[in-house]
Amino acid sequence: MLWKSAEYSGWGRALTATGEIARPERMAGLEAALAGGLVPAIGMRRSYGDAALNSGGRVVDMSRLDRMLAFDPATGILEAEAGVRIGDIAAAFAPRGFLPPVMPGTGFATIGGCIAQDVHGKNHHSAGSFAQHVLSLRLRQAGGTIEVTPGGRTAELFRATAGGLGQTGIILSARLRLMPARGDIMMVTERRVAGWDQFLALLDASTATYSVGWIDATARGGGLGRGILEEGETGTGLVPRRDRFRKVPFNAPQFALSAPVVRAFNTAYYRRVPESGRTVVKPISDFFFPLDRIHDWNRLYGRRGFHQFQCVVPVAGAPALRAMLETIAASGLASPLAVLKRMGPGRAGHLSFPMEGYTLAVDFPNRAEARELIKRLEDMTLAAQGRLYFAKDSLARGADIRAMYPEVPAWQKAVAKADPEGRLATDMVRRLGLRTAR
Amino acid sequence: MNTAANETWIILGASSAMARAFARRVAADGAAVLLCGRDAGDLAAQAADCRLRGASEAEALAFEARDPSTFAPVIDRAAGREGRINAAVFVGSMPPQAAIDADPALLDGVVADSHTGPARFLHMLAPLIEARGGGTIVGLGSVAGDRGRLGNYVYGSAKAGFATYLSGLRNRLGRAGGHVVTVKPGFVDTAMTWGLPGMFLVASPETVADDILRAVRRRRNVIYTPFFWRYIMLVIRHIPETVFKRMRI
Ligand SMILES: Cc1cc2nc3c(=O)[nH]c(=O)nc-3n(C[C@H](O)[C@H](O)[C@H](O)COP(=O)(O)OP(=O)(O)OC[C@H]3O[C@@H](n4cnc5c(N)ncnc54)[C@H](O)[C@@H]3O)c2cc1C
Ligand SMILES: NC(=O)c1ccc[n+]([C@@H]2O[C@H](COP(=O)([O-])OP(=O)(O)OC[C@H]3O[C@@H](n4cnc5c(N)ncnc54)[C@H](OP(=O)(O)O)[C@@H]3O)[C@@H](O)[C@H]2O)c1
Repeated sequence: MLWKSAEYSGWGRALTATGEIARPERMAGLEAALAGGLVPAIGMRRSYGDAALNSGGRVVDMSRLDRMLAFDPATGILEAEAGVRIGDIAAAFAPRGFLPPVMPGTGFATIGGCIAQDVHGKNHHSAGSFAQHVLSLRLRQAGGTIEVTPGGRTAELFRATAGGLGQTGIILSARLRLMPARGDIMMVTERRVAGWDQFLALLDASTATYSVGWIDATARGGGLGRGILEEGETGTGLVPRRDRFRKVPFNAPQFALSAPVVRAFNTAYYRRVPESGRTVVKPISDFFFPLDRIHDWNRLYGRRGFHQFQCVVPVAGAPALRAMLETIAASGLASPLAVLKRMGPGRAGHLSFPMEGYTLAVDFPNRAEARELIKRLEDMTLAAQGRLYFAKDSLARGADIRAMYPEVPAWQKAVAKADPEGRLATDMVRRLGLRTAR
Repeated sequence: MNTAANETWIILGASSAMARAFARRVAADGAAVLLCGRDAGDLAAQAADCRLRGASEAEALAFEARDPSTFAPVIDRAAGREGRINAAVFVGSMPPQAAIDADPALLDGVVADSHTGPARFLHMLAPLIEARGGGTIVGLGSVAGDRGRLGNYVYGSAKAGFATYLSGLRNRLGRAGGHVVTVKPGFVDTAMTWGLPGMFLVASPETVADDILRAVRRRRNVIYTPFFWRYIMLVIRHIPETVFKRMRI
């Protein structure tokens, strides 16, 4: 059967869609699915909200179009179909001394999804965003397939495609430059950070290739902003492999992530790193994709799902970010998953998320109080001249988004040309009025 | 244990998701793969993919189960290679039973794709495996072959015939150091089952490929994958025919 009727959701499971999905196993199958007209593409649905949903319409699931097509070790350039997962590239190439230039926190994200959200990794401060490493991509539009490059005649289309939420066409394949790596293990230095000011100072001063902060979003008062700073470099050597995955077989009951449980967990997690810090050696995937070892961990939040709030604020907005963290800590609603990172200026598209500054990401269960809290955090983000991340969002208001992304009009113009019939609109695009509102 | 590097895997029906997952695993071990099927463009892309994942060599070859003239070139290609020759058969087709009921001529195709075509191919390959003194054949049966059900007994009967063929071939090749693994998957998340009603406990093609590879290494004879289908089918096979004939499952 070509089309399957299904109810499906984003990673956060708070928003769902019902519609038809085709999942071609090869390019000829994709063309068969598009015979009735262009439809939006989706990847592994690791976006939390509704970026990869199309209620009442059709989508084409690209995850089985996952062949690596060519690699040149002299230049590090890999050509691959859009459905190839980042983690598969890392696994295949790290032993040969190469890594994807940018890796989001899940190895299940596809190349197509990484371009369409212009994702960032733990090296954003030095490496920039994902699409900045894309040399060309093949884009299937209503009229056929074209090659799009960041420079030359298609530069504007490239800027609308990178971070462009799939609105310019279906990405079939891409050529990207992998990054040399010393080997397939990570040397990770972990240290305790006592509080907010010290955290920012350490992040600012860090010279590590990869750095990320875990933050205890339940700690208040003097402990506000305490956490663990992880800094990593690739290396060679042997570490015990742990290939077995764990699975969350069912939806967890509500108390699993209640405030006392989270506080206790966070304290233990913080103390696990000795006061003097430590250096550990890990398989690459454990450092970059720590949560992937537990399949379907999103079920821990129960049936109603969860939200991730992620914003970035400019360096000068740091006090506002601190105020957000205070608000979060006071609410007692945060889950253990909270991340603080320094971002560089690198971004490739009109709607790319990154800006020079600090980014904070925190998970919340999908409850009324949490949605209220997130609204307040969104207001604070806007006031601090920051932005929200489309890959995580399911609650934002269109007017706020347009204020945060001044290039929306330029993007709209390019998208109107690329998909004049509006066939590629998704639930997110409609919710935010992204393509239509001025 | 053989080192994978001097092994060749002939993969029939290489465009199937299960075959692709299996080919990637043997490629990562450094084996050579001959990817055989009908979609030349896709097979070429997959050959590139297998090479990048570690295959010592990967080649795309034409194979049409209903056209035996395509068999010999594949076997010749394999014969031209040193070392151990293995084959994994993923070919099969499952049109809806209702379509076959409406047009009984479809039956011949199902049997050719799932049983007689692959069996004839393996029969041509068997002497080569005997001559090399070893080699493994993996054949895909199905739980559907364990009992004729109202919903798909034409497909089921073809798979049953193929499984019986594999059992005999195992008997034969075992004498020459070769081995045959019969694989009976339950429901697998592939193009064949996409959008079909009544699917449950659906396994990923990767899980099935892992199970197959483990069975090859341990020289298992018949496996169900995922394993619990062994018990489900144990129950189903033991339902008395007088009861079974009135059931709709
Ligand atoms: C645990 C976890 C950690 C994460 N960590 C990070 C992180 O550190 N940094 C970060 O930046 N992100 C992070 N993310 C978000 C994730 O990287 C992005 O949501 C990414 O887009 C997911 O890729 P996907 O293949 O699942 O795409 P989907 O979520 O399925 O789709 C995302 C968007 O891309 C479009 N799209 C997908 N494929 C194509 C295609 N072939 N052609 C055109 N458009 C397409 C879709 O229409 C949709 O708009 C994380 C997510 C999770 C679950
Ligand atoms: N999916 C399940 O739940 C399930 C369960 C039990 C057993 N199986 C068996 O597992 C095997 C793999 O199937 P799948 O699920 O991956 O489905 P699939 O994608 O339909 O795979 C079947 C493969 O057989 C090929 N094929 C069919 N007729 C052919 C012919 N005449 N000549 C050459 N090739 C032919 C197809 O080639 P084209 O791509 O060119 O069409 C395709 O690659 C099959 O034998 C199937 O019966 C599947």
